[in-house]
Amino acid sequence: MASEKVKTFTDANFGEEVKNGVVLVDFWATWCAPCRRIAPIVEQLAEEYTGKLTVAKVDIDENPMTPSKFMVRGIPTLLLFKNGDLKETVVGLETKDRLAQIIDKHL
Amino acid sequence: MSTVSPAERQVIIIGSGPAGLTAALYAARANLKPLVIEGIEAGGQLMLTTMVENWPGYRDGIMGPDLMQELRVQAERFGAEIIQGDVSSVELSQRPFTITVDKTRYTADALIVATGASAKWLDLGVDKKLSGRGVSTCATCDGFFFKGLPVAVVGGGDTAMEEAIYLSKLATTVTVIHRRDALRASKVMQDKALSTPNISFIWNTEVIDIKDLDQGKVTSLVLRDTLTGAKSELAVDGVFIGIGHTPNTALFKGQLAMHDNGYLKTHDGSRTSVIGVFAAGDVQDHVYRQAVTAAGSGCMAAIDAERFLSGTLHESLEAVEAGL
Repeated sequence: MASEKVKTFTDANFGEEVKNGVVLVDFWATWCAPCRRIAPIVEQLAEEYTGKLTVAKVDIDENPMTPSKFMVRGIPTLLLFKNGDLKETVVGLETKDRLAQIIDKHL
Repeated sequence: MSTVSPAERQVIIIGSGPAGLTAALYAARANLKPLVIEGIEAGGQLMLTTMVENWPGYRDGIMGPDLMQELRVQAERFGAEIIQGDVSSVELSQRPFTITVDKTRYTADALIVATGASAKWLDLGVDKKLSGRGVSTCATCDGFFFKGLPVAVVGGGDTAMEEAIYLSKLATTVTVIHRRDALRASKVMQDKALSTPNISFIWNTEVIDIKDLDQGKVTSLVLRDTLTGAKSELAVDGVFIGIGHTPNTALFKGQLAMHDNGYLKTHDGSRTSVIGVFAAGDVQDHVYRQAVTAAGSGCMAAIDAERFLSGTLHESLEAVEAGL
């Protein structure tokens, strides 16, 4: 079910991983119902933007430091980085079309 | 996920909460092969709850998301097809109706609207800007971030009490802010909340501002006493809003008759102002708003749709016979 195109980032490698290119990160947890709704959309985006966009997930239970650093206090939250800089924050649910528009601005 | 979805359907159901999925179950069993467009808040409000203790048949209760999963699989077992996506527009002025999801267009001979209701915000502007930064409408989603911190809950109904009780296990203190002097919540929920040691109440008070936008996080609430007008400030790290719901009817503005509060008008069961369009669940119910009443009205809508479809079928057969 899970797309192989979606990477898994951790507290240990987060800074390094978002340094280059455009990176979309999905902050989630196993107990978060809305996160389960956005997960397939994130997977579809990873497929459709292969080569142009890096897509990754961060499990906030296992990696508490990164969400705290970026002041994530609700999930799902999607953060979009370009060459290491935070460009967009999307809190809660969004449609795939709307997310694609947000991503396209930075490609 | 490779099911082919023919774009021309007998019945389309918009929404996948208890109303939409029960309508799907009944329509599927009537062999109408319904298409359910689940919507962005798939599964509806129960997806954000914990234990549901008033769904008949589960004497020990059932978790909201588990109940929705059961309903979904049950509807699919009889041939309902459920697709992801959010309806972007509907055209109800002629039959078949047209329903657009992103770039895909579907047509339906009968439509069941079960789009439900979504959590209301405070209408301060700042609350939406600090969403995900300490302002939340979902304690089970975001309570985690407030372990060992003080939080507030706004509202006095069942939603607010459920949030307060849930948060009391994580936060140091939970302050319930309610603009009246008595709770609207059911007796069971009131008793639970009032007897929880770290839940306290501020009555006759409303939230007029949330700080601090500059810091990009919640640091305190500005409160006003509704009787004296006196202002005060309450330091919290998070605020959970449980002040009720608004119906998801924006799609149908100008096409379906609504009450002043935005809920769809229904008559003679589940019929809306457009023949062939039926409504079920919270989108047309601002009185009961229970999972079980939503499911019941979903059943009604499916039966009404089925009778409508067989009726038009008979009419067209009669017309054919008359023409011959």
